[in-house]
Amino acid sequence: MRLALLELRRRPGRFSIASVILTLVALLLLFLGGLLDGLIDRSISAVTAQPGQLITYSSTSEYSFVRSRITPDQRSIVAATSGVTSVGGIGVAQLGARLPGNGPRDLVDVALFGYELAPRGVPATPADGEGYADVTLRDQGITDGMTILLGPARSPVKVIGFVSGTSYNGQGVLWASPATWRAVQGANRPDQAIADGVFQSLVVVTSGQPSKVAEAIDAATGEATATLTTQAAADKQPGIEQQRSVFNQIIGVTVAIAIVVIALFFALLTIERAGLYGMLKAIGARTRSLFAGLVIQAVVVTLVGSLVATILALALAAAIPAGSIPFTLSTARIVTSIGFLLLASVIGCAFSLRRIVRIDPAASIGSSS
Amino acid sequence: MTTATVAQTTAALQMTDVRKVYRMGDTDVVALDSASLTVERDEIVALVGPSGSGKTTLCSIAGGILSATRGSVAVGGADITSYDARRLTEFRRESVGFVFQTVNLVPFLTARENLLVIDEMSTRRRGEARKRADQLLGELGLSDRSGNLPGQLSGGQRQRVAIGRALMNNPTLVLFDEPTSALDSKLGEQVMELIRSEMKARGTAAIIVTHDQRMAAYADRMVHIIDGLLEA
Repeated sequence: MRLALLELRRRPGRFSIASVILTLVALLLLFLGGLLDGLIDRSISAVTAQPGQLITYSSTSEYSFVRSRITPDQRSIVAATSGVTSVGGIGVAQLGARLPGNGPRDLVDVALFGYELAPRGVPATPADGEGYADVTLRDQGITDGMTILLGPARSPVKVIGFVSGTSYNGQGVLWASPATWRAVQGANRPDQAIADGVFQSLVVVTSGQPSKVAEAIDAATGEATATLTTQAAADKQPGIEQQRSVFNQIIGVTVAIAIVVIALFFALLTIERAGLYGMLKAIGARTRSLFAGLVIQAVVVTLVGSLVATILALALAAAIPAGSIPFTLSTARIVTSIGFLLLASVIGCAFSLRRIVRIDPAASIGSSS
Repeated sequence: MTTATVAQTTAALQMTDVRKVYRMGDTDVVALDSASLTVERDEIVALVGPSGSGKTTLCSIAGGILSATRGSVAVGGADITSYDARRLTEFRRESVGFVFQTVNLVPFLTARENLLVIDEMSTRRRGEARKRADQLLGELGLSDRSGNLPGQLSGGQRQRVAIGRALMNNPTLVLFDEPTSALDSKLGEQVMELIRSEMKARGTAAIIVTHDQRMAAYADRMVHIIDGLLEA
């Protein structure tokens, strides 16, 4: 093991090409992961920020807020279900907002949420006609105290503060009272007007096991509702599954490329070292020690490449203007990506194991080449 | 126990009726046949023979790198004939020293670290091993070169480091494979002188594979090998 580390220290140039390639692969992996997380975040963070463990839709809605309606009677049944601690109504209207000073066609996309239970990081329900805007809307020109006009009906809502990390379907969220949401919905989408007391969905806080409580809720409403955990509800939002699938496939291919790079590099290194390995075997080195040395070198090269890539990715994340490219580089994503690459380094090295096993120590004797 | 038996068990190397056959496609090639050789504890034997005569095979079998097809091999009284690969690896690490013709030293390790390679590969006795490495380097006149990489040493110095490494595990038998082939004749003679003095000083047995009759003169005894057959 010490031999492997000494070689890395004393002959760094030998590993420079592999290090550079692995750094680029790691950077690509982090960039793809960051883009995926950023896109997902911008699509569903308003849902995952909900304070309840469950979200109840009407059963015919196919888990769509727009299609779902929960009546006051159904709400009462849900609230009375065993295991339910509290229930809050929620609804959303996606509209274009006109900002003072902007041209009439210069609209900012806004997702207006009416809520009863405050989502994570959002204050309690504001007064009617007011709302808390997500910071991504600030990047689009909305300021504190500004009154924006929503939809073709130009319904006014005054922004009284900002919250962060709440987007929906790629749009910044404006958090308002249920009455404000209902009024804006009615004025701008008269065909989808929502009566007093009716919500699109319910956020359910439970003290019980979420899946069991979900079943109990749907049973209690005679299957008029369809209840999901908050994360499952978020994943059911349009396009989420497809985004994940496409990005995960690209990430998988990138990891496969890393395996090929490592396998090829260390296979070449093993061929180059055949004489040295033969000599070491002849004087008593075990095959497993030689292979362990190779794995250690691959792991160290991968780690160094990953750390450099992480620094570059963090710098990239800091350099990307807010609101432009959806890019979120979380600690979990960094750790997962490095974990995948470390696994790739071990798998890549495994291709050289057979070659090391087959090196004949007898070749060290009587060899003049 | 008879006197003959005691002599057999205490010899550094006792090869009896050793035969080695290689399978080459559909045919068997006999590399070594009915080879019997005894090397006493402080004896230096020069193994001389043309290319392809079986020198390498004999040396490899004596050093536990190859197993004999038939016959028995005992090193320092230990019968290694039936050792499996794992035990042979352990045996080579602990009981035999090797000085090879070309690839001898780890290029990215200093002279001192090259001597400590054996210790790196086994149950480490770091302090003891370092002390022994320093002592050997001193005896081989390499104290001031202990921190140099092989690339910074002359051919003769590199061979001396290799000899030092071969002696690190205090072996029963040291096998030298053409130790002077890469050196000019003057340096070759110096190295052979050094090998002789080091082996004799330690009472360590050695087999020196060489094709150079002049170098063979430094051995106590010369053994010829032709077509896999030993001729005393």
